[in-house]
Amino acid sequence: MNSAQIEIQLIASLVAIACAIPGTFLVLRKMALITDAISHSILPGIVIGFFITQDLSSPLLIIFAAISGVLTVVLVEFIQKTGLVKEDTAIGLVFPALFSIGVILIGQNANDIHLDIDVVLLGELAFAPFDRLLWGTTDLGPKSLWIIGSILIITLTLLLTFYKELKLSTFDIGLSAALGFSPAVMHYGLMTVASITTVGAFDAVGAILVIALMITPSASAYLLTKDLKKMLVLSIIFGVASAIIGYWIAHGLDTSISGSMTSVLGVIFFIIYLFAPEKGYFSVRYRRKQQRLEVSLLTFLVHLQNHEDDETERHVQHLNEHINWQQVRSKSVLELALKNNMIVIHNDSITLTKKGKSFTKKAIDYIVTDKDAKIEAMKDRFFLFRG
Amino acid sequence: MTIEIQNPTSKSTGAPIQKDTPIAVRIDDLTVAYNYKPVLWDIDLSIPEGVLMAIVGPNGAGKSTLIKSILDIIEPIAGSVKIYGKPYSKQRALVAYVPQKGSVDWDFPTTALDVVLMGTYGSLGWIKRPGKKEKKAALEALEKVGMLPFKNRQISQLSGGQQQRIFLARALVQNAAIYFMDEPFQGVDATTEKAIINILKTLRKAGKTVIVVHHDLQTVPEYFDWVTFLNVKKIATGPVKDIFNDDNLTKTYGINYKVSIQQ
Repeated sequence: MNSAQIEIQLIASLVAIACAIPGTFLVLRKMALITDAISHSILPGIVIGFFITQDLSSPLLIIFAAISGVLTVVLVEFIQKTGLVKEDTAIGLVFPALFSIGVILIGQNANDIHLDIDVVLLGELAFAPFDRLLWGTTDLGPKSLWIIGSILIITLTLLLTFYKELKLSTFDIGLSAALGFSPAVMHYGLMTVASITTVGAFDAVGAILVIALMITPSASAYLLTKDLKKMLVLSIIFGVASAIIGYWIAHGLDTSISGSMTSVLGVIFFIIYLFAPEKGYFSVRYRRKQQRLEVSLLTFLVHLQNHEDDETERHVQHLNEHINWQQVRSKSVLELALKNNMIVIHNDSITLTKKGKSFTKKAIDYIVTDKDAKIEAMKDRFFLFRG
Repeated sequence: MTIEIQNPTSKSTGAPIQKDTPIAVRIDDLTVAYNYKPVLWDIDLSIPEGVLMAIVGPNGAGKSTLIKSILDIIEPIAGSVKIYGKPYSKQRALVAYVPQKGSVDWDFPTTALDVVLMGTYGSLGWIKRPGKKEKKAALEALEKVGMLPFKNRQISQLSGGQQQRIFLARALVQNAAIYFMDEPFQGVDATTEKAIINILKTLRKAGKTVIVVHHDLQTVPEYFDWVTFLNVKKIATGPVKDIFNDDNLTKTYGINYKVSIQQ
């Protein structure tokens, strides 16, 4: 690895961390789409910032861009509050308008200088190491690294300081207001951080990757954990992993770095969506199947109990016609009951064992009484009661 | 803490309140509007200390709005609210709030204990994190609502009744003087309802004031000792035994029923 390679991966990793933190809260607040809006509507801020400073690398640009990011949020909320349109429509109304203002401003006033949409919208990681920050003649490293590093430090400080308030206002806006932690302050604080991060990351990695890094790692982590802190940590891990893996894929295939990283993020999400232990596709399918089987088992046991005295009803061959099940289902139910020692088969006649009887009674009891305490005991043993 | 004692004004239409009972919550000329449409209209209400009070009224009567405007969550367009004689913003520590269960996302990645701990955030103030003392208080509150075995359970894996108990525990941990609860019995099973009402009665016995938005008119006489009828305007307020009658019920619900039939 040469130093440019290390620098690119370092920048991408820092961007990933800086995006994962606000991203987690945006996902939990169901505001993921707003990052997409912000990433476009910061353009007029950058342009106006440039007119004032006449310097594309001025930090003022970031501040102006952040202001227009927050303005997006304010406008979206204003339109939404009129009650005429829903939030997604409001977002769709605001950001193209702001973006086009930026485009027109560039067209009208900045044609002769190097400020075009490509520069603003399509940051390219591969070039990041070439734009150095110099102190006199001393090379302090890539400028993006400094920008995103500073943003990350601010974000981390704010997160550690206001973690409790952020969590409360995200989970329960009413209690947050009642306890005196202004939800509006937290909301706009978070939006400001999201805007600044978007702008800072933009320059280094481009639009698509910023949005992907905000949303995808958090969405993946959300499927895996039930703990906000773990969700934050997992988002960061997924973000950084995709940055590094994506870089090497791009290196190997000689293709776009941002594109590769975004694709890796997509693949990570897809794998987690399939295999997450509780919320994943296969796990949900398995649980549904087990629940179906357990309902059948219970129906079968109740049937046996109701016909304790009638041997023909309990004959193995009669089960199909009496409970009206397919062969396969009867077989798997029989096997499950046998495996759990709930029945014995003697001369092709099925009898409930003691265990089977007590289980049937308990299950019926639970279904009839719906007592919390009983549910808990049953939940541990059977999928059926896990919801 | 010094407590200002105020006598109810002549405006109060409720039953006479004993002169020596302090007024826990006093609302004067409160009007709240959403988009210029009044949802609460000139409410005067004095809630004496130590009552267990139901707020009843039809859907859209402004019951939740009343609680939210008392707690500074909604800004009224007119009127004032005093908690023991002072504005709510100065008396936050005296007040606990149980929002409607449906107002939060129960898929949020957090545990039962963590939600209860949120009740301590108010006394901690900004930035400071809950420590051992807060955790101990939260565990005690969980114990009181019978949810200690579920402390590490993710909140989406609790039943509706259990979630409501967690909310109640979160209010208990605030150790307040006044409790506001927005439909704590909504969607809970009979066992939980009984458990909750027992806790509310214990709170009242300890001298706390408990104000509950309530839907089930049948249980009002059994559960509560004070009631406020609300339908955009205040219809009546006072002891259940004096004012919980057909006359007030008709005034509160009757007109609304006619409207709903016409629709």
